Amino acid sequence: MDLSLSDDQRVIRDVFADFFAREAPAPVARAAEPLGFDRGLWERLLSTGAPGMGAAEHDGGGGATLSDLIVIIEELGRSIAPVPLIEHLVASRLHPVEPVVTGDLIATIALRPADAAGTWRLVPAGAIADIVIGVDGDELVAVRSDPPGRAPVNHASAPLADRSARGGTGTVIGPASMIDLALDEWRTLTAAALVGIGDTAMAIGVEYVKSRKQFGVPIASFQAVQHGMADLPILVEGARLLTHRAAWAGDRAVPGTTGTTDVDDNEIDDFATLAGMAFVFAAQAAAHATDRSLHFHGGYGYAQEYDIQLYYRRARGWALVLDDPTNEYRRIADRLLGSPGSADARDTPASNLPTPTEA
Amino acid sequence: MDFSLAPRASQFRSDVKQILREVDLAEIVETQHRTGLFNSPEVNRALAAKGLLERVVPGMGTGDPIELWLLFNELEKSGLGYDGISVAVMVAAVVNHVGTDFQKATVLPSILSGEALVCLGYSEPDHGSDVASIVTRATRDGDEWVIDGAKMWTSLAQEASWILLLTRTDTDVPKHKGLTTFIMPMDTPGISVEPVHTMGSERTNATFYDNVRVGQQWVLGEVNGGWRTMGVALAFERGVMGGTAAAVPLLRRFHHWAAEGGLLDDPVVRERLARIAVDNVVASLLTQKAAWIAASGGLPGLEGSMVKVFATEAYQRAAAWCQQMAGPAGLLHFHETGAAAGGYVDYDARHAPVTTIYGGTSEINRNNIAERHLGFPKAR
Repeated sequence: MDLSLSDDQRVIRDVFADFFAREAPAPVARAAEPLGFDRGLWERLLSTGAPGMGAAEHDGGGGATLSDLIVIIEELGRSIAPVPLIEHLVASRLHPVEPVVTGDLIATIALRPADAAGTWRLVPAGAIADIVIGVDGDELVAVRSDPPGRAPVNHASAPLADRSARGGTGTVIGPASMIDLALDEWRTLTAAALVGIGDTAMAIGVEYVKSRKQFGVPIASFQAVQHGMADLPILVEGARLLTHRAAWAGDRAVPGTTGTTDVDDNEIDDFATLAGMAFVFAAQAAAHATDRSLHFHGGYGYAQEYDIQLYYRRARGWALVLDDPTNEYRRIADRLLGSPGSADARDTPASNLPTPTEA
Repeated sequence: MDFSLAPRASQFRSDVKQILREVDLAEIVETQHRTGLFNSPEVNRALAAKGLLERVVPGMGTGDPIELWLLFNELEKSGLGYDGISVAVMVAAVVNHVGTDFQKATVLPSILSGEALVCLGYSEPDHGSDVASIVTRATRDGDEWVIDGAKMWTSLAQEASWILLLTRTDTDVPKHKGLTTFIMPMDTPGISVEPVHTMGSERTNATFYDNVRVGQQWVLGEVNGGWRTMGVALAFERGVMGGTAAAVPLLRRFHHWAAEGGLLDDPVVRERLARIAVDNVVASLLTQKAAWIAASGGLPGLEGSMVKVFATEAYQRAAAWCQQMAGPAGLLHFHETGAAAGGYVDYDARHAPVTTIYGGTSEINRNNIAERHLGFPKAR
């Protein structure tokens, strides 16, 4: 057991912490609103090799593991950088064609199957991606078409857009079930981004309450404020560990198999389960951290001029683009408890419950 | 990060699981709830017989905090009460760390054979979280110390062979600097024990010290150095030694009961059980982090505070949800017809409130996080 970053991961973290701090401080995210994309930043990101790091080496990519990629994405989350690196990394592992691996074309994935009319609704990075990969009927297809270049104005200033699964140039990648692993990778990487959002929101709040004075003293000296903030490192650290745990399981998973899901003994090593857990927990941690930090800013937190509102909106938007978290919890339940009405759920063997008598 | 267990730790965990399979857990738990004493001599002896107690004591055996975590994690997951052995192992670690050769030779073998229990005399009727203000006096009289006062929440005192007692030995210095700890026999004349019964079946005690005379050989650590000795004890206790997986047996018991009754198809029930399962995994990871820091040579005081706050509050949420989901069946005690999960749903709902209180309240732990991690000024 070693719960620190490996030497390689520390190098990656330092390189990308430096890159995002230098190239994408909060004003960059602010300036990219409402679309939520900065092409200049994407082009500078190409020089780091990040967009191709997730594809296999034999496809010309960097062959990075999920455990390495989440380190980069946590740094992206810290600066809420307006580039679709999460979607592109996931898409590049499904469809590692040369211009995608180099990042010259931006690729993304549709998180839900196309509707009857062949439309993928509210695709993340759909407003700017050249290639969309998603499920249409029983196939997973990659469709190249011109992106609309604009997004419906939205809560997180995310470059969402509807895209057609049937217009443009389509390539069949495989059966629809191939999307499942990609979605779990997306959940894991998004969890890492939410950890970065939560950690930075906490740091912004800590800094603010130490400097803001009321009643003649910093508001950080009030126990009500202290206890509100003290919850945040717990949630952020829990989310970070869970995200690393999910990535670790993902890197070791045998495709097409289900890992351990022994909820009764709290021994869970199944990637899909852990990816879902990391996603919902990191979303909750980021939502809570941004909520507390914004609140302790008082009225200023509500003002556009302050950065905390940028983090507050993304903490919600970057997660909710997938689904109502309730459905994510039910998906976790299906893996742990069996599907509702299934033999698993009905016929779990009776436990050997002791029935003590009280004094 | 690498979440795998080393082969030795993995074997250790299998050995603990094997011991727990070989005893009659149902019978043991029955006895614990009937007597209010959350201890199992049978399990303690079985662990001792395989050398697993000595092995986990910090500073002794392999002294691997990963194994310390695994031992108490397996005990807690089994649903067994293990207060007796957790206090004993923690005190063994303190005695081993700061005790004299005499104390090590006298106290440790009795604990590590699984025979002797220890109780903790920290809190007093008027001094709980502000434990440095305690007033039980120890006064020097020739070669002896004379102890007078009263302690509260002295769990296990009715069975314990030893007590780790915190006393005031100097009233003329700041409160933290006038404290001295003793490790002494509970059969010393002048000690009396009165039961305090609790909402959660557990019996605890008030203990009284009336002209109790003990020799210098029972002073643990330095005279007036009691606060430092307490710090050693707390660093071992918080996070690693159990208390962070109470919702695991609750979820297991509720899961099986819900499956038998058809409740498991209810989408609201499913969502809540998934939430409990997520919190259980997070609590386990935060505990592992504390254990890993200790294994790497650090003192996980901060991480211990973090996991204690998270795990106990998550357990309270879980206990409340399970009781609500069970409806009126969640109100019924053990042995009542139709009791949810055989009465455990009611039991956990009764037990959960104390977990954010003992071993350091959530408020004390949040103070610790605010001051030590976030760098906020002391607020009290």
